[in-house]
Amino acid sequence: MTFLHLLRRDLGLALRRPGTLALPVLFFVLAAALFPFAVGPDARLLARIAPGVVWVAALLASLLPVETLVEPDRADGTLDQIVSRGIAFEVWAAARLIAHWLGFAVPLLIALPVAGVLLGVPFAVQARLAMGLLLGTPALAALALLAASLTAGLRGGGALAGLIVLPLALPVLIFGVGAAGDGALRLLAASSLVLVALAPFAAAAALKSAFD
Amino acid sequence: MTPPTPALVATGLACVRGGRPVFDGVGFTIRPGEALEIGGPNGAGKSSLLRMIGGLLTPAAGTIANPFTVAWAGHETALKPGITLGDELRHWARLDGAIPAVVAALDAFGLTPLADLPTGILSSGQRRRAALARVMASGAALWLLDEPGVGLDAASLALLAAAIGTHRAGGGLVVVATHADVGLVAPQRLSLGA
Repeated sequence: MTFLHLLRRDLGLALRRPGTLALPVLFFVLAAALFPFAVGPDARLLARIAPGVVWVAALLASLLPVETLVEPDRADGTLDQIVSRGIAFEVWAAARLIAHWLGFAVPLLIALPVAGVLLGVPFAVQARLAMGLLLGTPALAALALLAASLTAGLRGGGALAGLIVLPLALPVLIFGVGAAGDGALRLLAASSLVLVALAPFAAAAALKSAFD
Repeated sequence: MTPPTPALVATGLACVRGGRPVFDGVGFTIRPGEALEIGGPNGAGKSSLLRMIGGLLTPAAGTIANPFTVAWAGHETALKPGITLGDELRHWARLDGAIPAVVAALDAFGLTPLADLPTGILSSGQRRRAALARVMASGAALWLLDEPGVGLDAASLALLAAAIGTHRAGGGLVVVATHADVGLVAPQRLSLGA
């Protein structure tokens, strides 16, 4: 029950700030749109590198919300209220993770066709990419939550969080770009499952040490 | 010896912040209906002691036995700016399983006319009152209040004293960390760093 209340609260707060939800997605589309200018309008080359471009853009976009994921709740006393009620950090973190994924991945998938058209990706490949992003974005959301918890309360935490997430996200990136084969999709799904299962506990451990 | 009624018992508490000892050997016992006023100069560890009681900080040494549910009002009011005051209090009350209590709590702190305003436009005194109303609405037995009088006008201080009085009369416990007198009736006093 507590979990559902917290999840509903997080989703409600996110929907009140549509600009915050739109920002990573706009960044994603713009980053993808840069490539035709950077590597030239060679349609075959663009179509070939498109999956990699889309995944790098998604990964970078996933770093944008990191600073607002945990730190505001620590700074304004929300986490104090959670702990004093005897609610475990793990429960709070799990709710935050799911809310964050819904607020990040759903708009990203909606924007994917736009990025796909800009890169000249055929429809069949786009569907494949969408499947990959659907399976891989939970892992990116989990890493963002973990990094946000580790850096909560630090000055310049956002930049540090980026340094934490990027190397850890490498396997997700590799499986995601290689998602042309079924094996890669399965590995992508496995990465997401492991990270989503571990992230609330790791985030809770990080927050506990931040409290002492 | 086991106390006959449930009690909040702390023994031999020590606090170390940033490698520096702040206090040690602090202990107290408070029972339902009683209040504890923690005093002392800035940096004496009043807030740290309160955070230990609330489970927000692990003591460097010593134990706390707390059989009661806790409501916390710290320096930060934990009010999200875009949400109305009423919705904000109802959110926390929902977690506490006591939504109807919000109406009485808003009324007790003179906040009923402000319930439909977003919390971002409230003054600091009004935000402080909102945090106190959240404590009251929680239905928790043990209130932990960190400098609850800061930013409150005389009328609001009277409301706070009345709320604490009612809570204690109903068998509640209150621990207050404060410099100023917040109108506690016959509290136990604990002075840190003296």
